[in-house]
Amino acid sequence: MIDFELDEEQQLIRDTVVSFARDEIRPHAREADETGIVPAALVKQGWELGLVQSIIPEEYGGFGNPHSAVTGAVIGEELAYGDLSIAMHLLAPRLITVPVVEFGSEDLKKTLLPTFCGDDFQAGSAAVMEPRIDFDASAPATRLVRDGDDYVVTGQKCYVPLGAEAQHFLVLAGSQNGNGSGTVHPQAIVVARDTPGLTVGERERNMGIKALATTGLGLDACKVSGDHVLTGGDEGSARLANLSRVALSSMAVGVARAAYDYARDYAKERHAFGQPIAQKQAIAFMLAEMAMEVDAMRLLTWEAAWKLDQGQDATREAYLAKRYAADMSLKIADNAVQVLGGHGYIRDHLVELFLRNARGFATFEGLAIA
Amino acid sequence: MINFELSDAISKTRERMHMMAEHMMRPIAREYDEREHEKPWDFLNTTWSLSKNATVGPNAETKEQGETPEKKKKRGPSELNLRTCVAVEELSWGDGGLYLSIPGPGLGGAAVLAAGTPEQKKRFLSRFKGDKPVWSAMAITEPSCGSDSAKIQATAVRDGDHWVLNGTKIFCTSGLMAGDPKNSEGFIVVWATVDRSAGRAGIKSFIVDAGTPGMTVAKCEDKLGIRASDTATLIFEDCRIPIDHILGSPEVPKTSEGFKGVMATFDATRPIVAASAIGIGRAAVDLIREELEKQGIPIRYGVAAHQLTAIERDFMDMETQLQAARLLTWRAAWMMDHGQVNNLEASMAKAKAGVVVTQITQKAVEMLGPLGYSREILLEKWMRDAKINDIFEGTQQINLMIIARRILGYSSKELS
Repeated sequence: MIDFELDEEQQLIRDTVVSFARDEIRPHAREADETGIVPAALVKQGWELGLVQSIIPEEYGGFGNPHSAVTGAVIGEELAYGDLSIAMHLLAPRLITVPVVEFGSEDLKKTLLPTFCGDDFQAGSAAVMEPRIDFDASAPATRLVRDGDDYVVTGQKCYVPLGAEAQHFLVLAGSQNGNGSGTVHPQAIVVARDTPGLTVGERERNMGIKALATTGLGLDACKVSGDHVLTGGDEGSARLANLSRVALSSMAVGVARAAYDYARDYAKERHAFGQPIAQKQAIAFMLAEMAMEVDAMRLLTWEAAWKLDQGQDATREAYLAKRYAADMSLKIADNAVQVLGGHGYIRDHLVELFLRNARGFATFEGLAIA
Repeated sequence: MINFELSDAISKTRERMHMMAEHMMRPIAREYDEREHEKPWDFLNTTWSLSKNATVGPNAETKEQGETPEKKKKRGPSELNLRTCVAVEELSWGDGGLYLSIPGPGLGGAAVLAAGTPEQKKRFLSRFKGDKPVWSAMAITEPSCGSDSAKIQATAVRDGDHWVLNGTKIFCTSGLMAGDPKNSEGFIVVWATVDRSAGRAGIKSFIVDAGTPGMTVAKCEDKLGIRASDTATLIFEDCRIPIDHILGSPEVPKTSEGFKGVMATFDATRPIVAASAIGIGRAAVDLIREELEKQGIPIRYGVAAHQLTAIERDFMDMETQLQAARLLTWRAAWMMDHGQVNNLEASMAKAKAGVVVTQITQKAVEMLGPLGYSREILLEKWMRDAKINDIFEGTQQINLMIIARRILGYSSKELS
């Protein structure tokens, strides 16, 4: 039966994250973007919220909450509303814990998951995207080849969050049947930092997400134990891809909403031609469309998330929701800059930051972060 | 708890409506678009007999309102508005004009439900339980005012045991079927002012029975689309109606509460009009999908961005926009079913649906090239039918205005 209301627990989680984002994250957004640093105290506070430990089963030291893509979407939106870079930093360990919880072997779970349940923030990451215009997440150029009981991984990755800190990376590679001429299937494998052949690149410089320390990652015939590969086959890969789409989509909703709220509040205060500019149709109509599209984006995201939680294939819904969210969050952030006029162009206000961040969503993939 | 699956009851309603749309409406759609001022009486009579046990529409709503508290509790929250939206989407998928021509309480009945006394509801809504089809319509728009409904000039003057109406109404959907006694024992709900100096506070609704002397159905418009639906001009010249034909109270309040009350009808009807638009849009999307499949052109969900073809991108945009409109519409209907104020959300649904299906149907014609432009298939008609949804029941611009006022906390004086 159709229902648009979050359950009580989700509302509680949302309220907690809303306060945290408003009181702790947002005040640091500008400085973090200028310095490229997420304050250590904030990372500690985020860790204490339990965002990572939450869905790790109790037997590995976590809180044992069931993983819900809808709940993840709520968390993603509210954290990103505070600041996208900081949100991604705080959630980065989930890039590896979420896939391992779902598809890791028992041995892998036993060795890896407890490391994310300690008192202090433990960085983790995923290496998915590749620095090429024809990157295809369903057939990565990074290759995975069987070698006895092991695997050998070779390739080049970019956009690896917390690459300099993470001790383990979930690497998305492509494996081919037999003699290397068949279809490429995506497969994820956990690679430890100290694996011979693995090199972490320099910190990347991006237009947005500037406080998020991302690097490249080089893999030169890295030999990895066979039980580090995630099971689940093509269905598992599809599910992870869709979890990523929904998570990124929800963060786009957060950024879009942040831009809309900022522009709306500004427009009510700023006077021109004898009135607040919000009383002019051109501005009022832009704001009305922005509000409408934030809601539309969220509903599409939640529908895809709900399907994932039902265990259904949600490729169509998740793919379409993410495309919509990426496009709309850009449009909304762009309009927000426009509403602030000249002041929107200056770094005194956050809307230019929201715009730079919003553009990123069309380029981010494969980050099952929520 | 978040859930995007339609209940069994609604799914069943959807199936039934779809059968009607596919087998009764599609086959006659082109004919009644070409023969604009003729009525498909077989279809209208059949829908009437089917509507007796309808689970949607004001008949169903009155039924729900009359339920005992025990029955209500057993049933759980109402799904009436949501179910209506789903039903209307299917019927409009069949044909937008034929959907509007279906007999029943319509907007007039909705007004009675929103503003009538219990006695008036009983008296006027019982007309829809007879053996012969009955229509009711709502007449608001006048030659010189549409969006600015507070400026209507039609007057209602008290004279002994009667109200006397004078004025002209245009663009009245089903005005011919509801207002001409040759067609039905219907009625028109007419907005008129009892006191011009009081502005909107003076505007009231009056029920005028078909055949009342002084009310003439002067003409029916020739339109771009929804041609199977009659759009009438009604002229009132010293039209006398009984004193108890005023909907609700005749008192002119100090504030415009009464006006707001009737405007609140739109919170219920806007999602339904949005749903109708979505049905028309979906007809186009379904057709494009079929054509692409026929030609062996795949739509690859999940494909890498650099491999996406233009036609895939365009089709995916259409589908996504349609679903966005649908979810906004369902949300607005669900809120009303749960007793939540949905003025903002209803306007979001209508604003989105109107623009989206206009764009979808126009794009679809382009995508099919000469076939899309041809009258040999229904697509060009759906483009013509779609356009009205961005206009009636509150234009897109008015709905954006309502959204803007709500999100900014402005009155109509502060933002116009």
